[in-house]
Amino acid sequence: MTQRPPEDELVVTHEVVEIAVSTRRRTIAGIAIIVTGLICLLAWGLGSKAGDAAFALSDIADKHQIPFVRIPGKAAGVVLGLLIVLLGCWHLARGFSARSMRWVLSAVLLCFVIAFLCWAGTGDPTLQLSIFGLLQGTIFLAVPLILGALAGILCERSGVINVAIEGQLLAGAFAGALAATVAHNAGVGILAAMLAGAVIGALLGVFAIRYAVNQVVLGVVLNLLVLGLTNFGYDALMQKNTEGFNNPTVLAPIKVPLLGDIPLVGPLLFDANIIVYCVYVLIVVVDVALFRTRWGLRTRAVGEHPKAADTVGIKVSRTRYLNVILGGLVAGLGGAYLTIGAVGSFSGNISSGKGFIALAAVIFGRWSPRGAVGAALLFGFADALQTLLSASHTPVTVPSAFLSMLPYLATLFAVAGLVGRVQAPAADGEPYLKG
Amino acid sequence: MTYQGTAPASAAEEMLPEAKPGPARRLVDAIRYGNSVVLTLLAMLCALLVGAIMIVIADPPTRSAMGYFFSSPWDTFTRGWHAISAGYVALFEGSVFNPDSLYSNGHTPIFGPISNTLLNAAPLILGGLAVGVAFRAGLFNIGVQGQLIMGAICAGYVGFAFRLPPLLHLLAALLAGVIGGAVWGGIAGWLKARTGAHEVISTIMMNYLALGLLNYLLGISGFQAPGSNQAISRSVHGTARLPHLLGPNLSLHLGIVIALLAALGCWWLLTRSTLGFSLRAVGANPSAARTAGMKIERSYVVVMLISGGLAGLVGCSQILGTNHALTGDIDAGFGFDAITVALLGQASPRGTIFAGLLFGAFRAGGVVMVANTGIPADVVLVIEAVIVLFLAAPALIRAIFRLRESRGGGVGVGQLAKGWNA
Repeated sequence: MTQRPPEDELVVTHEVVEIAVSTRRRTIAGIAIIVTGLICLLAWGLGSKAGDAAFALSDIADKHQIPFVRIPGKAAGVVLGLLIVLLGCWHLARGFSARSMRWVLSAVLLCFVIAFLCWAGTGDPTLQLSIFGLLQGTIFLAVPLILGALAGILCERSGVINVAIEGQLLAGAFAGALAATVAHNAGVGILAAMLAGAVIGALLGVFAIRYAVNQVVLGVVLNLLVLGLTNFGYDALMQKNTEGFNNPTVLAPIKVPLLGDIPLVGPLLFDANIIVYCVYVLIVVVDVALFRTRWGLRTRAVGEHPKAADTVGIKVSRTRYLNVILGGLVAGLGGAYLTIGAVGSFSGNISSGKGFIALAAVIFGRWSPRGAVGAALLFGFADALQTLLSASHTPVTVPSAFLSMLPYLATLFAVAGLVGRVQAPAADGEPYLKG
Repeated sequence: MTYQGTAPASAAEEMLPEAKPGPARRLVDAIRYGNSVVLTLLAMLCALLVGAIMIVIADPPTRSAMGYFFSSPWDTFTRGWHAISAGYVALFEGSVFNPDSLYSNGHTPIFGPISNTLLNAAPLILGGLAVGVAFRAGLFNIGVQGQLIMGAICAGYVGFAFRLPPLLHLLAALLAGVIGGAVWGGIAGWLKARTGAHEVISTIMMNYLALGLLNYLLGISGFQAPGSNQAISRSVHGTARLPHLLGPNLSLHLGIVIALLAALGCWWLLTRSTLGFSLRAVGANPSAARTAGMKIERSYVVVMLISGGLAGLVGCSQILGTNHALTGDIDAGFGFDAITVALLGQASPRGTIFAGLLFGAFRAGGVVMVANTGIPADVVLVIEAVIVLFLAAPALIRAIFRLRESRGGGVGVGQLAKGWNA
């Protein structure tokens, strides 16, 4: 008779199983990297004008100015291009494991972007590209995306597809601006925004969980509903009386005592408004809660195999309702950032597709908080880069219409090329009907 | 032995319908159990109620009457009722029939409202078909907006850059529009088949790409109207324009006929052709379709080509019929309205025609409602969304109106598109 080991000796071991990437895929990926490297080498390196590119690392208004960083454009392009080509050759010859491939691709992207920036900044001695502005813009644009993506993850890990992120952001933005104006208090605005997001979340929950409506369809319709309602409110209330309904107090930036004084990082990360600090906390909380707590385990169980979860006594519907409403609260906060966290006033369709980009970030990040945050930062960066380039005179003026396509093109390539066939939580989108 | 012989006969007998109930009885049953027509009407009723609430909120006299509601409640009701009736009467007069036109000696044409309704219905029906066909193959095409923009760009370019004989020019422009939309849709299908990129994401991104391309083209010479610094293109030559149907004074053009023909084509494709059968099989159960030897990757590409082509026709109807010149707003919201039309029409060609007519009427009436009463046009958007929301959850309507549980039937929008993993 085999002796059952005592409970505390049951150890779950995590093993990383390396799946050999097929040769054909490896060849294609290797060639693609080499081609990228050659573009970098020829266009950004050899195509560069003589001279240095100057990068500003601190805000113009900042007291402590960091001296400009000057990089010779031609040399940077050539060196970084060669580096990418080398990585590609290595991948062709030996092959990186699927696990390290993610880092390799990130490195390729980083080298490529730096070389591009050097090329764009070279030639005009009076031109300084503000790296500080670029990074600040990235964070500014990524905050609503991160919050939207976290909302999506909370819902989808429990098995409810959330296409209504866009609607939740919009509802939050509207309610935040309205409540903050009426109450003369930005805090009330934040609460109202979160509540509005939660109401849309609750609607999503009722229709998806109780009435088993197809969730993608539901999300699209809810987006439409919120768009109609907020536009209506904007026309009927805000435009007739801007002072009384659409003039919210904007959240003031709060400087963290010590951390805020670090050069570059300080003004970038630790001199922001309360919503940005909430984002830092939420990223960690969601990540830890989802993978390290009982609630997280239950959420994932319900999202992967609701029947099994039900069998061991987890309340499937209750868990899903809770998650969908939590997600709504988070997305509503993201909406608040659009109005009272940034520009101040609401305008029609202010979210302008950010919810869909957040959804793409969820999928691109494979339904994990870390991945989604990375994706959101990437999209934010692409958007900020576009703004930077259309504002400064680069050697070849790229039409701004094409630059504005950059984030979407990046998303498309990311979803099609880098991610490929992703696996959503197994029961994502499937209503659970008992019995 | 004898048992084997008799069993089929008795089974057949059991399957015979019971004595057919009379028409009155069937009507009562339809209302008691709620067939799909009854459910649709009830959903519309709910939506109009929601719209009425919004109209009341937006109406300043009613709002001021609400201020002294407890001293004189009747004021609120009369003023509210006045606002609501004025709004919905304007909606009706703008979309179906305006009694004033009978006494205006031809200043306001009698068929004006209907002409506007049909004018708006054409792109809605075409767009609804585009989304519906993709639905039937299990794909959710949110990219009608981008596809119609590409269709409009291609059709418009052929329309204003070439000089061809009348009929030939129109056909060439239509063909170009269909190809433009089909290519844009086909890319999303190909990406899905090839790399597994989810079509919801890729089509959304391609909407933005098409918009960016449109904005770029509207600023370059060759596209931009000469001598203009506005973002507007050259005008389509008369030879490539869709002819008007009800005389030059009414704006209705051939687009509605194209839409009805396209609906007929889709009906044939989905119910009578081998291709349609395999598309529906892939939509119903991809694994089973694969086991049966169907190439589901090929289906994805084919259905997105068809869907994109239909969306391209929306662009044709807009640029060759309604507007004659490209602007940044050529889409006019038809891209996303197409989704609600397809949902309301349950992705069937016949249902899509009715849904397109209804939403076309809402659009035509909405313009008049804004002009006559000042009620924001977005009420119509909310009404549309609520209709679809209620229809997607028939159980909710049943609960509200205390209808019996259906014996099968009902509205099946909810089962059309699948989740991420499908």
